Amino acid sequence: MTTTTPLHTISLLVRNKPGVLVRTALIFSRRGYNIESLVVSPAFDLEIEGYRSAPGEFSRMTITCSGDPVILEQIIKQLEKLVDVVHAIDHTGQEAIESEIALVKLKAGIKDRTEILQVAENFKAKVVDFAAESLILRVQGESDKLDAFIDLLKPFGVVELVRSGKILMARGLATT
Amino acid sequence: MSTRPPTGGEMVIRCLEREGVEVVYGYSGGAAMPMFDALIDSKIKFVLVRHEQGATHMADGFARASGKPGVVLVTSGPGATNTITGCLTALMDSVPMIVLCGQTISPMLGKDAFQEADVTGISYPVVKHSYLVKNSADIPRIMKEAFHIATTGRPGPVLIDLPKDVTQGPCTAPFVDEIRLPGYKIPGRCDAALLKKAAQLLSKSRKPLLYVGNGAVISGAGRAIQQLAEKLKAPIVNTLLGKGACPEDSPLNLGMLGMHGTAYANRAVQHCDLIFAIGARWDDRITGKVSEFCKDAVKLHIDIDVAEFGKIIQPDLSMPGDARLVVEDLLPLVGPCDTGDWWKELNGWRKAHPLKYPKKGGLRAQHVLDRLDKLGGRDCIITTDVGQHQMWAAQFCLTTKNRHWLSSGGAGTMGFGVPAAIGAAMATGKPAWAIVGDGGFQMTSCELATAMLQKVPIKILIINNRYLGMIRQWQELFFDNRLSGADLEGNPDFVKFADAFGMPAKRVRRAGDVDKVLKWAMAQKGPCLVEAEVVKEDNVFPMIPAGAGYDKMLIDRPKVRMDKPTGST
Ligand SMILES: Cc1ncc(C[n+]2csc(CCOP(=O)(O)OP(=O)(O)O)c2C)c(N)n1
Repeated sequence: MTTTTPLHTISLLVRNKPGVLVRTALIFSRRGYNIESLVVSPAFDLEIEGYRSAPGEFSRMTITCSGDPVILEQIIKQLEKLVDVVHAIDHTGQEAIESEIALVKLKAGIKDRTEILQVAENFKAKVVDFAAESLILRVQGESDKLDAFIDLLKPFGVVELVRSGKILMARGLATT
Repeated sequence: MSTRPPTGGEMVIRCLEREGVEVVYGYSGGAAMPMFDALIDSKIKFVLVRHEQGATHMADGFARASGKPGVVLVTSGPGATNTITGCLTALMDSVPMIVLCGQTISPMLGKDAFQEADVTGISYPVVKHSYLVKNSADIPRIMKEAFHIATTGRPGPVLIDLPKDVTQGPCTAPFVDEIRLPGYKIPGRCDAALLKKAAQLLSKSRKPLLYVGNGAVISGAGRAIQQLAEKLKAPIVNTLLGKGACPEDSPLNLGMLGMHGTAYANRAVQHCDLIFAIGARWDDRITGKVSEFCKDAVKLHIDIDVAEFGKIIQPDLSMPGDARLVVEDLLPLVGPCDTGDWWKELNGWRKAHPLKYPKKGGLRAQHVLDRLDKLGGRDCIITTDVGQHQMWAAQFCLTTKNRHWLSSGGAGTMGFGVPAAIGAAMATGKPAWAIVGDGGFQMTSCELATAMLQKVPIKILIINNRYLGMIRQWQELFFDNRLSGADLEGNPDFVKFADAFGMPAKRVRRAGDVDKVLKWAMAQKGPCLVEAEVVKEDNVFPMIPAGAGYDKMLIDRPKVRMDKPTGST
């Protein structure tokens, strides 16, 4: 395992235009920075510079990545410089609610199931597929919690894992 | 009369007219034909160049000289990719430019159609913004936005990719005047509290230095900066691109700083107690070793692009805004600094280390450029190419007027000089000297045809040292004089070359003939060319090796073996 600097979570409000994702990604890739996770989805109606947004006009992005904080500050400024980016905020060290979903597929015969279901219950994970030789569990929560959950399941034989990537919202009335 | 709606192509051209565009530089091709067809019925002048890169540098020179956006029109695929170097050049030096590219018909996008290239995709890293137009109804809005984005804030190139079905089909959408670009912020005036803080910091300084860059040229801040310098009794240094914002013949001006700056400008940088960056971005050609750059000096920074604050240097005070407005607002708040001792030091350095060059041993580029300066070069626009001649021109050809010095700084694009001079002369009607090396000249020399066709008053001065001189200099100084890929054997006879285009040309080999030939060129109404055959092996000094501190400045040829430079390129 490589030791990495702590992950930063950056939220962006962007105009929902073709290419905005590539332009955003290029700011990271030109420095050889890797995006660890990325979530993009339509933004809810919002009021911006005195206008009410049209449906589908804006999108939200949540990006996690690691790197030198000084360089990340520069990255944020360069993201904000993009014409299609309305704002970019680094939420690291800020009060924020974060969440992620994982789907975990286990190859599990009858004898392991009780134990697996016990772990699942502790993490409020749901069985979403129940087949003769396999199960799929869905778990939701902070990324650390998902890590712990997956670690506990590893001995039972995780065959597939899909994580949604982190989403985040600033607490109180602070802007995300 | 039929009342058919305009085609998309006609709409593009009408939008250009509405933006006040008078000239478009370009090259035709299948995918751009509807736009070329629409040009026939327009007042806009179209200039057919000989290579699309030339079109971009002409538009760039037009824009740098006039402040108005330059416009380029090319076809898809290779036509469009040939503009990429020009886009980079414009982006790095904040030049407003619109690049219109034909594209394959939209149903064929992504299917490897003939001359299809993902030009919008290729453009991303080299433009301020770009558009792929999928619907002709978007043309008026996109054109409006593109000009707004290219010309406001920190200017830059905007590329518009126009599929042929979009430009050939009808466009019924009305013109657009309102712009809505949420998140696109343009700083204007600076906060009063920041101005007050700046005035306080300035008042405490005994050795202030104003460091003036391209932002001052673009915003026209020169007059205000000159007044600031006079009020503070502070010296001015300028970057390569800042030349001409403030008159370089002023006693307050120490000339260019940085890698090949004057020794006295660089000593001022080394010893100042406050450095005030005005529309300058602490480029690596300026800072050398960043950790040692002005270590103990207070740093103030005005920039319209907030992403410049802290990118290289963390300033003590960041002042976002338009350089002219910020300096004008600052003026009433400042008084004279106690700079008597500082000027004694500065004048000492000026006296001890003037720019100089050997007078013996053949014709020197510096002599030619010095004479050009004295024989009226200062009243002309000067463009340069990239290399030794560029640095000598920066040192010896003083710039006293804004937008009269045009050089590719950020990108350092060889081939810029000649086409940029064509664009600049067309924009202003003024004579433009293109000072170029024998290497860079040949990169865009096909544009001699364009110069002849347009009958523009450009005067090409080739500093011919039969080498890629700047490369040879580095190899001599840092690579034990092991020359590799630096010898330009195979150069044509440049006078005959010009003659083939019908361009009057003269060659000069002796210092004694320089004045005569330059005066001859000054008297030409149309394009002409002068080839100065200079000594093959000469070096630009002063020099701060890339990545070294200011204390490592070489004022003359070093006596000891030099290590390979650690800085960028
Ligand atoms: C397009 C491009 N290719 C390569 C370079 C690298 N380069 C910088 S200066 C230089 C030499 C230029 O030679 P010349 O045009 O003869 O001018 P001189 O230095 O001799 O005055 C080269 C090759 C560049 N700046 N631009």
